[in-house]
Amino acid sequence: MKRFALAGNPNCGKTTLFNGLTGSTAHVGNWPGVTVDKRDGVYKKTPEPVAIVDLPGIYSLSPYTPEEIIARNYILDEKPDCVINIVDATNLERNLYLTTQILEIDVPMVIALNMMDEVEKAGDKIDAELLSSRLGVPVVKISALKENGLKDLMETAYAASLQVRVGKTVLEASSLAHLIGDVRIALKGQGVKDPLFHAVKLVENDSIETAMHKETVPMIDEFKATFEDDVFGDDFEALVADARYKYISEYFAPALSKKKREKFAMSRSDKADKVLTHKVWGIPIFLAILFAIFHLTFSEDFLYLGAIFKLPTLEDLGLLTEEGDPINYGVRLLACIYDGAIMSPGVIINNLWNNMIVGELFGWLGGLVEGSSMAPWAIGLINNGIFDGIASVLSFLPPILVLFLFFSILEDSGYMARIAFILDRMFRRFGLSGRAFMPMIMGFGCSVPAMINTRTLADDKERTATVRVIPFFSCGAKLPILTAVAGAIVAYFGIGNADAITFGMYVLGIVTAIVAVLLMRSTTLKGETPPFIMELPAYHAPQFKNLMAHLWDKTKHFVKKAFTIILASTIVIWFLTHFSFNWHFLEDEAINESILAGVAQLVQPLFTPLGFGSQLGQYGWVFVVAAVAGLIAKENVIATFATLASCLVAMANLNIGGLDIAAEEGIDAVQAMILATGISVPALIAFIAFNMTTIPCFAAVGTAKAELGDKKRFSGTLIFWITASYVVAAMVYTIGSWWWTTFIWAAVAAAATCYIIFRNKRAAKIKAV
Amino acid sequence: MEKTLDTFEIGDIGVVKRVGGEGNIKRRLFDMGITPSAEVLMRKRAPLGDPIEITIRGYELTLRKTEAACVTMEVKG
Repeated sequence: MKRFALAGNPNCGKTTLFNGLTGSTAHVGNWPGVTVDKRDGVYKKTPEPVAIVDLPGIYSLSPYTPEEIIARNYILDEKPDCVINIVDATNLERNLYLTTQILEIDVPMVIALNMMDEVEKAGDKIDAELLSSRLGVPVVKISALKENGLKDLMETAYAASLQVRVGKTVLEASSLAHLIGDVRIALKGQGVKDPLFHAVKLVENDSIETAMHKETVPMIDEFKATFEDDVFGDDFEALVADARYKYISEYFAPALSKKKREKFAMSRSDKADKVLTHKVWGIPIFLAILFAIFHLTFSEDFLYLGAIFKLPTLEDLGLLTEEGDPINYGVRLLACIYDGAIMSPGVIINNLWNNMIVGELFGWLGGLVEGSSMAPWAIGLINNGIFDGIASVLSFLPPILVLFLFFSILEDSGYMARIAFILDRMFRRFGLSGRAFMPMIMGFGCSVPAMINTRTLADDKERTATVRVIPFFSCGAKLPILTAVAGAIVAYFGIGNADAITFGMYVLGIVTAIVAVLLMRSTTLKGETPPFIMELPAYHAPQFKNLMAHLWDKTKHFVKKAFTIILASTIVIWFLTHFSFNWHFLEDEAINESILAGVAQLVQPLFTPLGFGSQLGQYGWVFVVAAVAGLIAKENVIATFATLASCLVAMANLNIGGLDIAAEEGIDAVQAMILATGISVPALIAFIAFNMTTIPCFAAVGTAKAELGDKKRFSGTLIFWITASYVVAAMVYTIGSWWWTTFIWAAVAAAATCYIIFRNKRAAKIKAV
Repeated sequence: MEKTLDTFEIGDIGVVKRVGGEGNIKRRLFDMGITPSAEVLMRKRAPLGDPIEITIRGYELTLRKTEAACVTMEVKG
């Protein structure tokens, strides 16, 4: 099958064209070694079907960013049958800069002049024939958005793919022509493919090329020595870039005839920016948008209507049975939307999905298994291991998709680039760029989409640092741990305020993230603050079709993961909690005899500095087990508390008074565990801190693995999470128990800081010498 | 009058004279169209004073002041 590659600048409408050409046939995969999406699909309306490959959006074929290297290697090594270069007609000059570079490769090429509808709307005209004759390749006017001209484009590309095209350079008109010509002939003599492209890059001193053609470099340097330029001296990279732009403005730009208007006219986009990136209002507007997104996704009281109008709950309306269940199916449906307050769209979708679809489906499946004649352990494995595992992962889908939808809208509309613009100043202090903000803040919702979103970060080290600290931005699933433990502290010890504890833990997470980033950026992930030279694309209304394509991609990605790595992990944990060392199947209540409990008792002393280790005595391992169960999903921590509390009560013959262990929110279960183990307040807070900063749930770990790509980076990340949580929890426990340990921690921190600064200074000195 | 791009006031218009800076920063500036004789309009500063936003070759570009300092401009009246 023939392969056509789509190449072009970011924001030139590549994705829209890709979706328009391939429809639903697109599928997503990762590039080998690099985590930038390569997407391919099939176009069927040409004489034979054609595979369409969507290359990453790039401005140039320079060797500096991973996207550029990928695109360049793809065109050079994989030699597509035709390159379709998409050019944004509203931004002709800069887009043609990339075109002049692709032209130099010996590959058939067609230019798709996109956004022609907008050009015509502005009253401008483009002479495609003039452009085509000067470039020497076919030019087709299209509007990817309106799907105009796509058939014409593909037919032209198909015709071009049947012919051979030899590279051509616009530098022929420059003073470099001779030099490039000499190098090209030398390379051709060596049998190098695409001699013109390599010749130009070698003249530019491109680092990839000079490494590839080591023997030829001295010869080129000799050629270069004879060359003199009065403006650039011997800066050939500058010379080449300048010559390209000069040629573009001289020969290609005249193809565009503009309706007379001011050179720096205010566009609609500029007017929007007057407000959205305003000196004073820019930041408040941004905060309001952010709040609105979280409110629409997570709030159970939409627009605070319930609180303002004191709406009655379902219980008040007499729609619940005595057990608190809805009286009929209609009420169950209503409960997804309303209970004392109208829920926000995100919560409604979540409830419908989890209560009505996933809950119902797995309830029914579970019933089938339960009623079958299988062995009890098999029933347990299928129902509690497999089904519960899949259901818990699928339950994440709605918040992930809703959050992703909002962030895709921000991305597609062009506002995301403005957020980076507004916040860059703040983030530079930590060695990150403004673009790192979005993934971090998404972490408060769910780590999974947040980690996927780090793809917008160009710098590899910045990206790794961001992925690592995302779990510290406490996600929705960690909130139940906070409310249960904080609630129990207040109820049992009668001190403090649950909200204050919860808020304090969120702040602790953020502080940990900042400290960790600073630490990593000055030690293991050292590097220059990545440059911030970024296009602010004109605002567009987001395309519904594109958004849906994005969401569909994410869904497939996530579900695939749910049924592979995450499923396997839940089964393993289930085995560990339901089998004893001598291979006996255990009921849920007998978890204390399980392999996991045995291992937990063994490692319990390790948690002594954290306050929930050996000092808790006989039953102290329950906290360890709960933390391990949290690795599947953080909701499991509280679910495990309930299970363990009932075991404890039975085993230790506790008098728990009026406590209801099975009560929702787990506050009573935690109180029972406090009663059984005698754990202290600082230790409980340390336990929350540990859960917040340790290895996140399997879904997030799987995502981190996929996003980091590199195995060593990934194992480093796991160690980082374990270390971070251990240190943070130990600090919380010791300082909470003995105030004077503050001085010890401060001294350790100061010593570490001094050491790092000293070491970096010395390294800088050695480098300078 | 010559001055670097980071010292431009909002609304200033100028023409690029020279581009300096380290390898990848300089290359990136070139790739984005900041080459000699290109016309630049200083559009605005971010709310926290940095980065800046300019119009060049008909589109909006943002860059930090440290990077803008690599660009020497001839100010147009």
